[in-house]
Amino acid sequence: MTDLNIVTLVSVGAHPTSGRARRAEQDARAVELGLRLAGEHLRVVHAGDPREEALRAYLGMGLPELTVLEQPAGADALPALADFLAEAGAQLVLTGSQAETGEGSGLLPYLLAERLGWPLVVGLAAVEKVEQGHAQVLQALPRGQRRRLKVRLPFLASVDNAAPVARQSAFGPARRGELQVEAVPALTDELFADAQLQPARPRPKRLKVIKAKTAADRFKAATAKASGDGGQVLRDLTPEAGAEAIFKLLVEEGVVR
Amino acid sequence: MLNTLLPILLFAALGLAVLGAVKRFVMWRRGRPSKVDWIGGLLKMPRRYLVDLHHVVERDKYMSKTHVATAGGFVLAALLAIVVHGFGLHNRILGFALLAATVLMFVGALFVAKRRRNPPSRLSKGPWMRLPKSLLMFSVSFFIATLPVAGILPEGFGGWILAAILAVGVAWGVSELFFGMTWGGPMKHAFAGALHLAWHRRAERFGGGRSTGLKALDLDDPKAPLGVEKPTDFTWNQLLGFDACVQCGKCEAMCPAFAAGQPLNPKKLIQDMVIGLAGGNDAKFAGSPYPGIPLGEHGGGPHQPIVVQGGKGLVEADTLWSCTTCRACVEECPMMIEHVDAIVDMRRHLTLEKGSTPNKGAEVLDNLIATDNPGGFNPGGRLNWAADLNLPLMSEKGEAEVLFWVGDGAFDMRNQRTLRAFVKILKAAKVDFAVLGLEERDSGDVARRLGDEATFQTLAKRNIATLAKYRFQRIVTCDPHSFHVLKNEYGELGGRYEVLHHSTYIATLMSRNLLDLGQHKGGSVTYHDPCYLGRYNGEYEAPRAVLKAIGIEVKEMERSGFRSRCCGGGGGAPITDIPGKQRIPDMRMVDIKETGAELVAVGCPQCTAMLEGVVAPRPEIKDIAELVADVLIEAPAPVKKPVVAKAELEGVQ
Repeated sequence: MTDLNIVTLVSVGAHPTSGRARRAEQDARAVELGLRLAGEHLRVVHAGDPREEALRAYLGMGLPELTVLEQPAGADALPALADFLAEAGAQLVLTGSQAETGEGSGLLPYLLAERLGWPLVVGLAAVEKVEQGHAQVLQALPRGQRRRLKVRLPFLASVDNAAPVARQSAFGPARRGELQVEAVPALTDELFADAQLQPARPRPKRLKVIKAKTAADRFKAATAKASGDGGQVLRDLTPEAGAEAIFKLLVEEGVVR
Repeated sequence: MLNTLLPILLFAALGLAVLGAVKRFVMWRRGRPSKVDWIGGLLKMPRRYLVDLHHVVERDKYMSKTHVATAGGFVLAALLAIVVHGFGLHNRILGFALLAATVLMFVGALFVAKRRRNPPSRLSKGPWMRLPKSLLMFSVSFFIATLPVAGILPEGFGGWILAAILAVGVAWGVSELFFGMTWGGPMKHAFAGALHLAWHRRAERFGGGRSTGLKALDLDDPKAPLGVEKPTDFTWNQLLGFDACVQCGKCEAMCPAFAAGQPLNPKKLIQDMVIGLAGGNDAKFAGSPYPGIPLGEHGGGPHQPIVVQGGKGLVEADTLWSCTTCRACVEECPMMIEHVDAIVDMRRHLTLEKGSTPNKGAEVLDNLIATDNPGGFNPGGRLNWAADLNLPLMSEKGEAEVLFWVGDGAFDMRNQRTLRAFVKILKAAKVDFAVLGLEERDSGDVARRLGDEATFQTLAKRNIATLAKYRFQRIVTCDPHSFHVLKNEYGELGGRYEVLHHSTYIATLMSRNLLDLGQHKGGSVTYHDPCYLGRYNGEYEAPRAVLKAIGIEVKEMERSGFRSRCCGGGGGAPITDIPGKQRIPDMRMVDIKETGAELVAVGCPQCTAMLEGVVAPRPEIKDIAELVADVLIEAPAPVKKPVVAKAELEGVQ
């Protein structure tokens, strides 16, 4: 699989308690996955400030170099990355699911896939094999379940915490690695420039009522597939009917009032 | 006939010895350069040997007397034999002197032989079992050969038969004792050991000095190696030090990791480094192997990596990560070999180049980088433990007599009790003190011992910059690890301070009668010496003096003072957590229980955590500060409103 042209996109993360810049957790997992697949041939790309020291933490994972598409803060990374990936002839692009800094909307993989016209696999856990222009991958589902997918190349994949843990970043390779700067036209992200940032509130969660009495029950509850209580599978609907059904559910659940 | 044969044998052996010495010297010099005082070191060597080294050997009276007789007799006999038999100076007085020397050596050798009859497991067997025979052979052969010189026997006594027998005996003796010395025989320890003492990497240790701080890596030079990957990455005098090992196994007997069944044996490690120096494998090692790792599977050479990931290198990474850096091996070593330096040097390569710190190592290092504390806690919570104590902050005061270094124990709920107890004492003694508060960072102790010199230096430099902003006379801390690092390891990076452990400081407060203390009530107490306070900094007295002052008579453990057994908490060992057969703190708790004490006094947050981790029923664990605070008689203060109390506190400041 080493002849596969793999690109991992990385961002600058923030430590959850101190807020200090670091390698982003999920992006580092994407690099780990890429390193396991392509070794030193892996290309790692960041759009932003090449003087950011936290980027060296990715180099410390054993990368000889990291490409930085130089952009001022607040610029839209999407066009620059899309152009780069199209030109680089990437066959598999790995990203984290959501950035730890900036907008952090988690939309970048979707927007990139849309712009490039490539399929997107979310929650990639492993790439099993690549042959004849197709990759067989495992997608992570809740409760430790895995779904085997066959995807044609090129495609994008985002990783979350189901992907293998990133290896330790070491000082020596981090210091030796090179940050290759490429100049790209800067496009201001207008939506982001006008928007106001406020700290996120934790999402409300349903209270988990543990009914299980025995360890065996608890194990079963933790590993069983989500049973469809009240859900239904709708097939071959018109978009209107589908939207209708979704709207009805949202009203029922009290999300829309 | 002997008169022609003996000079030939003697000078041939000496010639071979010189050849071997040159060869060995070239081997050592393959290591990295290190500045030594060439001539001065050699001149000081006899004193270091006869005084400093003898002090260590003297702990084992049997061996020290044996060694004085054997080595003294041998050196004297060898010198006289060269004069008398080598140069043919058949003087009667010299003859008698040589006879006396050989008798002395013979008596010593008998005791060596006795020790070897049923040797303890720590001693290496193999060629070492042959040594007493060689010593006896040397002394007896030269004794008989010298009898005619002294005029006791007539010249030519015994004819050619005796001459032939003596020639064989002398040949055996000089092979072992002259050129065996430089060609890797057991006597190598004398030759390499003498030079090791002359060009020791910590010359400050001699003459009663102390040198325990790790040496800094040069991180500014991108070409300087980050730690030790292959044997030649050690400095040359470290390689020389390894060669000095006499395989007595005193280190092995004291090593807590070895006793716990973790795959570390300091003696074997040093011998592996010798194998690395010369090339080969460990099949011929005649001592105890690393627990759980059979002999004969590992080998290497001077230019081969010491640790091969997933393969068979010279040593396994787990061996290096088992060490608690308790320095018991260094303390015991009669050859003054620096095991801990070597282990940390190799760890540095694994962490800084390979990124392979095991288990929680990587997480802890990431936390230290991102939050300045190993637990990854929000740095803003560093002073939460003292939210109600109204602690004076350096950033507000600018100067104070005492800077109270809180340490990362600030985030640990158990240690917060100790910290609060110590604040109570400081306040009772009306000490002018202040804390750095949120400006304090981890001292870098764990990062450095996990091999992450880069993170250590970053933390240290930032702490030094913070400390440079304020004026204070001394730093006092409840954490021996911070104490050691601030006192002994910041100096090389430009931070020089007077640093005291809280037990020392409480002792001075007591001697100045600043504390009104009652007497300890309750059962018997033993005291556990923290490695970083005792062996690293020589403070054994103050904690005992403090305990005595509050009416505690310490029931000493068998292993206390400089022989104290580690709690298992040092050197990042709880983080790398290498499995063994038993846990080190459990073994220490057995030591404690043997004293019958109901309470164990400690002076270190790591020791507290490790010993409290032992399952009950077990003696209670209390820090010295807690014990003192418990018996503190506070001045009967009239009930005041908080506002007034605060104003008064500020008046004290």
